[in-house]
Amino acid sequence: MRAPDSDLPLQFDRIEYRAGNRSILDIGSLTISNGAPTAVIGPNGAGKTTLLRLGMGLLEPGAGRITWGRRQHAAPVRRAFLFQRPVMLMRSAAGNIDYALASVKTPRGERKRKIAELLALVGLSGFEDRPARRLSGGEQQRLALARSLARDPEILLLDEPTASLDPAAAKSVEDVLRAVANRGVKIVLSTHDLGTARRLAGDVILLHRGRIVEHSASETFFKQPKTEEARRFQAGDLLI
Amino acid sequence: MFSSAFWMLITGDPALYRIISLSLYVSLTATLIAALAGLPLGALLALKEFPGRNAVIVIVNALMGMPPVVVGLAVFLLLSRSGPLGSFGILFTPRAMIIAQAILITPIIAALARQTIADLWVQYRDELAAMNVGTAGSVATLLWDGRFSLLTALLAGFGRASAEVGAVIIVGGNIDGFTRTMTTAIALETSKGDLPLAIGLGAVLLLIVIAINALAWFVRRTGERLAGAT
Repeated sequence: MRAPDSDLPLQFDRIEYRAGNRSILDIGSLTISNGAPTAVIGPNGAGKTTLLRLGMGLLEPGAGRITWGRRQHAAPVRRAFLFQRPVMLMRSAAGNIDYALASVKTPRGERKRKIAELLALVGLSGFEDRPARRLSGGEQQRLALARSLARDPEILLLDEPTASLDPAAAKSVEDVLRAVANRGVKIVLSTHDLGTARRLAGDVILLHRGRIVEHSASETFFKQPKTEEARRFQAGDLLI
Repeated sequence: MFSSAFWMLITGDPALYRIISLSLYVSLTATLIAALAGLPLGALLALKEFPGRNAVIVIVNALMGMPPVVVGLAVFLLLSRSGPLGSFGILFTPRAMIIAQAILITPIIAALARQTIADLWVQYRDELAAMNVGTAGSVATLLWDGRFSLLTALLAGFGRASAEVGAVIIVGGNIDGFTRTMTTAIALETSKGDLPLAIGLGAVLLLIVIAINALAWFVRRTGERLAGAT
C-alpha cells in the first residue's frame, strides 16, 4: 500500500525563519526519524508552530534546507497536519473524511469502509451524516484527527492537539495517537502540557525563543535534564 | 387598465407568452454563460497572486455598474455588417441579445463570486495546502462548498439581465415576435400609450423576479441546513 518514496527522515539543516526583522526560528540541525512520538514543548512564542509548519512544508525557510527522505521540496503526500484550530469543510463528518481520502486517491469503493473505521477510531461512530461545523469543539478536533489520518500519513504533525480539550477528551486523543504511533506512523506534536509529553513522547525538544535548548530522549529529559532551562521549565518557572 | 392586463394573462394571449418566454430564454442563457465565465474568473482572482491583480479586481468591480446601452453599443459595433464579427449575421437575433447580456453580467457574477470565494479561501487555505490540493482542485472545492452563497451572485446577474432594456433593444432591435422582450415591449408600449399591456408585462416581470428569488432563497436555506454549511 505504501508509496515507494519515504518522507522520513525529516531533516532540518541550519534553518532560519524570520518575519520581517524578527527571528522566529533559528535552529542548527535537527533530524526526525521513525520511532516513538517527538514532543515539541516550550512557552508561547517559542517557535513551536513555525517548526511544525516548516516540517510540513507549509512555510519556506528563510535560510537553510529541509529535506524529507533526503528530497527537498517534496509535496506533502506522505504527511498530514492537524492544525491547532482545524477548519471543517462545509460538509458532513463523513464528507470531510471522504475529501481527505479522495485527496490521496483512495478508490471510491473503499472509502465508505475507511470512513467508518476512522470515525470509530476517534470515537465518532454514528456521526457520519452530522454537519461537521455543528459538532462541538472536541468533536471537531477528533474529526480533524480522523481526517488527517485518512491521508495514511507516514509523518503526522500536530499543533497543540489537546490544548482546547477537557482532560477526558485529551486522554481519548492521546489514546488514538498512541495507537497510531504503534502502527508505525511518526508523530510530531507540539504541546504545552508536560503530562502529554511525558505519557506519549519518545524524545522531547524544548524550544525557547526560536532555538532548540534541549533535545533528549524523554526518559533523560524528564529525569535528568541536561540544561538549566529544561529543569526550570519542568519546575513551572517562567522562561523569559 | 389593470383588468385588461390581467385578462391577457389569464386568456394566455400568445403574443404575450412569446414575449415572456423569449425574455426568460435570453436572460437565463446569458446567466448560464456568464456563470461559466464569471465563476472561474472570480475564483482565480480570489486565489491567484499575479502582478496587476488589484487593478483587475478594481476594474471588474467597476464593470458591475456598466451602463447596458454602452454594452449594447459595443456589441452592436462588433456584430454589425461592417464589424469584426459581422459575417456571422447574428445582429438583431436573440443570440446577439444573449451575448450582450452575458457581457453585461459577467463582471457582476465574477466580482460577487470573488468576494465569496476569497472569504472561504481564508478559512480553507491551510487545510487544502496540507492535503496537497492544487489550484484546480481548490477552485473546484471552493465553488462546491460555496455554492449556496454563489447562488446569490447568479441571482444578482439574472436580475440585472432580466431587468435591463438598453442592451437588448440596441442589439435585438425589438422586432415583434422575434426579439421583443418584456422590457423592450414595456418601453415600446409605454411610448405608444398602450399602458395596459405595459403594466401587465411589468407585473409579470416583477412576479417572475420575485418567484425566482423565492425559489433560490428556499434552495439556499434548505441546502445550507442539509449540508451544514453554517
